[in-house]
Amino acid sequence: MKKEINFTLNGSEVFLTVEAHKRLIDVLRDSLGHTGTKEGCGEGECGACTVIVNSRAVNSCLYPALEIEGKNVTTIEGLQSSGNQLSIIQKAFVEQGGIQCGFCTPGMIMSTKALLDSNPNPTEEEIRDALVGNLCRCTGYVQIIESVKLAADQLKNQ
Amino acid sequence: MSKNNKNFRYIGKEVSRPEAPDKAAGKALYIHDLQRPGMLFGKIKFSTHGHARILNIDTSRAEKLPGVRAVITAYNTPELRIGFLRDNFALKKERVRQFRDEIAAVAAIDPDIASEAIDLIEVEYEPLPGVFTLQEAMTQGAPLVHEIDPQGKPRTGNRVPLNFHHESGNLEAGKNMARYIAEGEYSTQWVQQSCMGTAGCIAEFDMTNNLTLWAKTQIPFLAQRDFNQALSSMGLRGKNTRIIVPTLGGGFGTGLDTHAYEYIAILLAFQTGRPVKIIYNRDEEFANLSPRQSSQTKIIQGCDKNGKLTFRHVAVSQDNGAYTSWGATYPSVMMLPATSLYKVSNVYFHADLYYTNNTYSQAMRGYGNPELTWALESNMDELAENAGIDPYELRMKNCNEPGETTPMGLKISTCGLKECMETVAQKLEWKRSRSQGKCRGVGMASLFHVGGGGRIYRSDGSGLILKLDDFGNVNAYYGGVEMGQGLHSVLALGIAEALGVRPEKVFVNPTDTGTCPWDVGTHASRGAFMACNAAIKAANNLREKIFQYAEELFPKGVSKNLKKFQEKNPDYKPPDFDIKKATRKDNFDLKDGYVFIKDAPQEPWLSMELGSLLRAIHFREQGTMLTAQVFYDPPNELPDWDKGKGNMSATYAYGTQGVEVEVDTETGEVKILHMAAAHDVGKVLNPQALKGQMYGALAQGVGYALYEQVQSYKGKIMNPNFRDYKIPTIHEMDFPIDLEFIETNDSFGPFGAKGVGEPGLVPTAPAIANAICNAVGIRIRDLPITPEKVLEALRGSKKFEVSRRR
Repeated sequence: MKKEINFTLNGSEVFLTVEAHKRLIDVLRDSLGHTGTKEGCGEGECGACTVIVNSRAVNSCLYPALEIEGKNVTTIEGLQSSGNQLSIIQKAFVEQGGIQCGFCTPGMIMSTKALLDSNPNPTEEEIRDALVGNLCRCTGYVQIIESVKLAADQLKNQ
Repeated sequence: MSKNNKNFRYIGKEVSRPEAPDKAAGKALYIHDLQRPGMLFGKIKFSTHGHARILNIDTSRAEKLPGVRAVITAYNTPELRIGFLRDNFALKKERVRQFRDEIAAVAAIDPDIASEAIDLIEVEYEPLPGVFTLQEAMTQGAPLVHEIDPQGKPRTGNRVPLNFHHESGNLEAGKNMARYIAEGEYSTQWVQQSCMGTAGCIAEFDMTNNLTLWAKTQIPFLAQRDFNQALSSMGLRGKNTRIIVPTLGGGFGTGLDTHAYEYIAILLAFQTGRPVKIIYNRDEEFANLSPRQSSQTKIIQGCDKNGKLTFRHVAVSQDNGAYTSWGATYPSVMMLPATSLYKVSNVYFHADLYYTNNTYSQAMRGYGNPELTWALESNMDELAENAGIDPYELRMKNCNEPGETTPMGLKISTCGLKECMETVAQKLEWKRSRSQGKCRGVGMASLFHVGGGGRIYRSDGSGLILKLDDFGNVNAYYGGVEMGQGLHSVLALGIAEALGVRPEKVFVNPTDTGTCPWDVGTHASRGAFMACNAAIKAANNLREKIFQYAEELFPKGVSKNLKKFQEKNPDYKPPDFDIKKATRKDNFDLKDGYVFIKDAPQEPWLSMELGSLLRAIHFREQGTMLTAQVFYDPPNELPDWDKGKGNMSATYAYGTQGVEVEVDTETGEVKILHMAAAHDVGKVLNPQALKGQMYGALAQGVGYALYEQVQSYKGKIMNPNFRDYKIPTIHEMDFPIDLEFIETNDSFGPFGAKGVGEPGLVPTAPAIANAICNAVGIRIRDLPITPEKVLEALRGSKKFEVSRRR
């Protein structure tokens, strides 16, 4: 069964017909070619699929596609600014070594954005709480935390 | 081979990775993101029994499902044998020997249809009794996992015909000299590599039947060999496989094998004439991708009254699973710490492997070293306790030194072990922390690993091509694999440093057997060691060529520069310097992309930008382009594994890790309060990447010690998901980590550096176990150290009031 959906993706309106059983991650990756969002487990355990829906970080692998109707979605593709510029959060991850294989990175950055959008001055404990749903096997998390702290500092100073 | 110049331009500086921006933007393309025109989606049907006869496979309903383009089994495809003992098959016939045996596969126009088709395949089994523990497998008269060997000869037992043995010195004499001994049996569990990016590939034939495989591999060239053999078996002898490695979502050893799913994708692609993609979802990855090898180790060590080790006896047994892959060769790496960590001249090492109907194992970071070091370093603390010597002191008394040759014949060039142990003891305030009580304690453990490649195949070589263009850019083609560890970025740094150009001008091309020279594989922590040694060799070659041409073209080039400069600065008077006289090929240097005469005055026009020199060499009659191609093969040897002797690496890595823990005697939970790790890395090439490797490895070590376990019941994996298989989250790593890098500046290492990929997780588990013992006086010998085991041990020790289990 197919249904039409209409939502905002990274600031632009999207009109799509999707199969009813699809998840948001399928819409993003397969229907729209936005492959930045990754599927790491399909069960909401690893956070690689994290996107922001109406200001909240969600696991797009658990989010039914039909539920996105009328909502505002931000994915990793929506963070960079015109002229091929990385956002401050993305630049911080690059500079601080918060990226190794990079598979968890888009999800990690989206969780970071959701955190800093609502709490621009997080303590380290609050950073850990915000990222506990994002698994990383490469970094041991240390340089990720340093990246988030750098991003928070730079966002305050801009 | 190394540059002993301590003042490096780029080496040792904090440099971010060149591919990080694309990864941050979500633009890097992993196998999951790649598509090929007309691509089909493959899915595999796995066995639902641990050991059974296949009576019938009915694929008729699957074949009729709209959207299905092929259904294959072992009965309608050529037999493809895999594994270095040739005891495994891409698709299984007659018998299944483990739950993850591949029975059939489907290619369909979308993944949902492929999944549905898999469910429509009906298999009839006749269950057979199986063996699911080492003890069961070893029993006389036990069911045989393989009734015949790959040559067709009948087997009489489940022992795998591989020999790992080492004896040196006089074990009896060593035992007699011992005043104190410690004997123990230690075990390690299966753990999963748990790359965030799961396994997958795309297979595609062209119309001449040559194959391209986009693969999640760490061994592109060995894989090419394996798949060319498969093509032969498919009637395509002489056809070639091209392996292209996309951005990888982790490796950790999963890419050191060629997997059944890859051969299946190839068979499906051939049958359908279309590209076929197979991707494991997380469930499939946990249940069907080989984990780290498990182990059981019996170790006895003895020391004299002064604490000097007099002998070491190590016997390892391994559950080989149903087929043979790299888990079976872990004992070759185990031999290194067994014979060479700390000084001991009377050593016995032996390993036996047995087939079972459990999952079989493949490489994982450390490759046997974490397993053996778990036993060895736990046992060292037990020996220290029996001897009444402080465990740090016991280790120092037997510390390795540079210049040694170990019982295995390993030639130790540099050795920073003493500094590593001292650093850790100091960071943990050893003496004070050992006696702090309150269920808190500290422990340490050291490691010994290859650091200069590892000759496990006949060649340990690495080729590199450097191609200069008209703009001073360097295009590098290297067969080693970037899997997030930072190999490509350190290679770019090494090239920049050795050649004399800025790192932004160095472009490392994707790893592709069609364009890159041969490399044996990114394993044994050899990546940076090989790549940078090859870079130095190739750069020197290029510099020679550049300076040869500079001899001819430099005077004209700078006189043009001078003219332009004088047009802008009419009052300028050039210094008195005879350019023609100073122009000799041995008198040039290249720095930051500028060619200049070494002893010339520093005038802005008195140098040639590399690009402009290269254009002068190219754009003329009989012009040429400059490239360099080298093959670096390190000074190490292929060991004799029956004798257990041979200097398999050019240099060796050492390190020590220490932990402070607090044990909750009511819940059994172990809390890490502080970690200190000191590693002899030779030279820090790229600090950001090195720290990243170490922190990441420490996290894997913590997972290995406390949280991770593949739960297998009668061969079935019971926790194939992140809910029940616990890798450390950001909360589990919430403690201060002191990382210290000891630079011993090894003469075999490029810029003095040693390999660093694996050492970080080798000693973590025994360090934690030793700290727990200091904290609450219990000795856990089986990984992982769960709260249940801690409580059980506390009950047994009677030192603590532990409430009865319900």
